[in-house]
Amino acid sequence: MRIIGSLLLVIVLLLIAYAGSGPAGLTPLFGIVIPYIAIGIFILGFLWKLLKWARSYVPFRIPTTGGQQRSFPWIKWSRLDNPATGTGVIGRMVLEIFLMRSLFRNTRSEIVGTKLVHGSSKWLWIGAMAFHWAFFIVLIRHMRLFIEPVPGYVHFLESLDGFFQIGHPRLMMTGVVLIGAGVYLFLRRWYIPQVRYISLPADYFPLFLIIAIATTGVIMRYFTKTDIVAVKTLLLSLMTFSPQIPEKEKIDTIFYIHLFLVSALLAYFPFSKLMHLGGIFMSPTRNMANNLRVKRHVNPWDYPVKVHHYEEYENEFRDKMKASGIPVEKE
Amino acid sequence: MKRYVYIGIVAFIVIVTYPFWSAGKAKKPEPKLDTPEIQKLVEKKCVEPKEFMKREHMKLLNQWRDAALRDGTRVYVNSEGKEFTVSLQNTCMKCHSNKKKFCDECHNYAGVKPYCWDCHIAPKEEEGQI
Ligand code: HEC
Ligand code: HEC
Ligand code: HEC
Repeated sequence: MRIIGSLLLVIVLLLIAYAGSGPAGLTPLFGIVIPYIAIGIFILGFLWKLLKWARSYVPFRIPTTGGQQRSFPWIKWSRLDNPATGTGVIGRMVLEIFLMRSLFRNTRSEIVGTKLVHGSSKWLWIGAMAFHWAFFIVLIRHMRLFIEPVPGYVHFLESLDGFFQIGHPRLMMTGVVLIGAGVYLFLRRWYIPQVRYISLPADYFPLFLIIAIATTGVIMRYFTKTDIVAVKTLLLSLMTFSPQIPEKEKIDTIFYIHLFLVSALLAYFPFSKLMHLGGIFMSPTRNMANNLRVKRHVNPWDYPVKVHHYEEYENEFRDKMKASGIPVEKE
Repeated sequence: MKRYVYIGIVAFIVIVTYPFWSAGKAKKPEPKLDTPEIQKLVEKKCVEPKEFMKREHMKLLNQWRDAALRDGTRVYVNSEGKEFTVSLQNTCMKCHSNKKKFCDECHNYAGVKPYCWDCHIAPKEEEGQI
C-alpha cells in the first residue's frame, strides 16, 4: 500500500500535468505560474528549515564518531573520523559530501548457522553514489537550457557524458545511470524485508518522483523530441523575469509534464527527507571537531543551581537522625 | 557557530539563484535560409516538413548514416515520395551551405556541439557571404 499509494500519487501528478497543459491548454499555468511558485516554496522553505535547525541549541560537542580521538601521541589518532580541528572537520565533511564516507562503512549483520556475523556491505553505497552523482551531473547539464551563452563547463561535462558517442541525440550516460540507480534503490527497499519494513511513503514517493522526472526527460530527449530552441526561450524568459510562452513554436506536452514533476519535487523538497541536502551540513556528528579534552565548553544557559549538599543536610537534621539511630558523620 | 550558518545561507541563495543572475539576455537563434541553393528552389522545402526537421534532424542524420554505411542504401525517400541522396555533405550542406548562420546558430543556443565536423568537411564560408 505504501508503494502503490506513492506510485499512484506520482501518476496523478503526471495526469494533472498532462490534462492541464494538453487538452485544457493551460500552458501559462504549467509553464510559468507553477514553476515560479515551486521555486519560491523551495527557496523560502529551505531557508526556513535551515534557520529552524540553526536555532536549536548545541552547547557541547557531540563526539559520536567512528574513530580514536586525539589523545597521547603514542595512541594512533584517526584524524578524519575524529578530527580535533576545523581543518579536520572540513576534510571529513568533504569526504562525506562527495564520497558518502559514512555510508561506505555500512555493515550488515546476518545469522550464519548459529553465529551472528557482521560484514561490510557496499551495495547501498554504490547505488547511492551512482544515483547522487548522476543526478548532480544531469542537473548541471541542464544549465545549457538556462544560461546564454552556454558556459564552457557544461560543454565539457556533456562531452564527457556523451563520451561513447552513441546515436543522435548523443546518449548521455548519466541519464541511464540515474534511472538505473533509482530503480535499483527502489528494488532494494522493496526486496529486503527489513528495509521494506521501515520504508514509508515518504521514502517511496520522492524516489518514484525522481524516476518519473528522469524518465520523462529521457523520453523527451531521445524519443518523442520537442523543440529545444523554444524550450530554452521559455526558460530564459522565466530566468529573466519576463515570462512568455513561445507562441509560434509549439512545445510538447511531455515538456510540461517534465516541468510540472520538477516543480512538484521542488515544492515538496523542504518538507521531506530530501532536506538532507541542507541537513548534511548541519549534522552535529559530522560538523563538530572533537576538542572536548582540549577546550572547555561551558553550557551557555548555566545558572547557579541551589544546592543542598550532605553536610548541610546533616547539620539540619543531626538531632533527628541521632534520635532515630541513623549514623552521622559528625557527632 | 551561527556565523557558519549565515555563510551557508548566503552560499545557498547564491547557488540556487545562479541561473537567475547568469541567464543573460535571450537572443533567439534565427537560422538563415538564404543560400544560393535554397533560393533556386521553387518549393522552399527541406527533406522533410519543417516541424519534423527542427526536432528530429539529428535522428534523421543518424538514420542516414546507418543507412549509407551499414546497409549501403544511399537513396532516401521522404514522406512525400521525393528522393534524396543520403549524404551529409552533398545533400544537407549543399542546401544549407551557410553552416555558421544555420546549424551553428541553433546549436550554440542549445549548447550542442555535433562532432561530425571532426571528419566531414564543412562547407567553405567566407564572412559576408550570403
Ligand atoms: C532549429 C534549430 C536547429 C538547426 C537549424 C539545426 N539544428 Fe541540429 N540540433 C538542434 C538542437 C536543438 C539539437 C539538440 C537536440 C537535443 O539536445 O536533444 C541539435 C542536435 C543536432 C545533432 C546531434 C548532436 C548531439 O551531439 O546530440 C546533430 C548531428 C545536428 N543537430 C546536426 C545539424 C546539422 C548538420 C544542421 C545544419 C544542416 C543542424 N543540425 C541545424 C537544433 C538545430
Ligand atoms: C533541397 C534543399 C534542402 C536540403 C537537401 C536540406 N534542407 Fe533543410 N531546409 C531547407 C529549406 C528550404 C528549409 C526551410 C523549410 C521551411 O521553412 O518550411 C529547411 C529547414 C531546415 C531545418 C529547420 C530550420 C528552422 O528554421 O527551424 C533544419 C533543422 C534543416 N533544414 C536541417 C536539414 C538537414 C539536417 C538536412 C540533411 C538531412 C537538410 N536540412 C537538407 C532546404 C533543404
Ligand atoms: C570519425 C570520422 C567521422 C565522424 C566524426 C562522422 N563521420 Fe559521418 N562519415 C564518415 C565516413 C568515413 C563516412 C563514409 C563516407 C562514404 O562512404 O560516403 C561517413 C558517412 C556519413 C554519412 C553518409 C554518407 C555521406 O556522404 O554523408 C552520413 C549521413 C554521415 N556520415 C553523418 C554523420 C553525422 C551526422 C556525423 C556527426 C554526428 C558524422 N557523420 C560524424 C566519418 C565520420
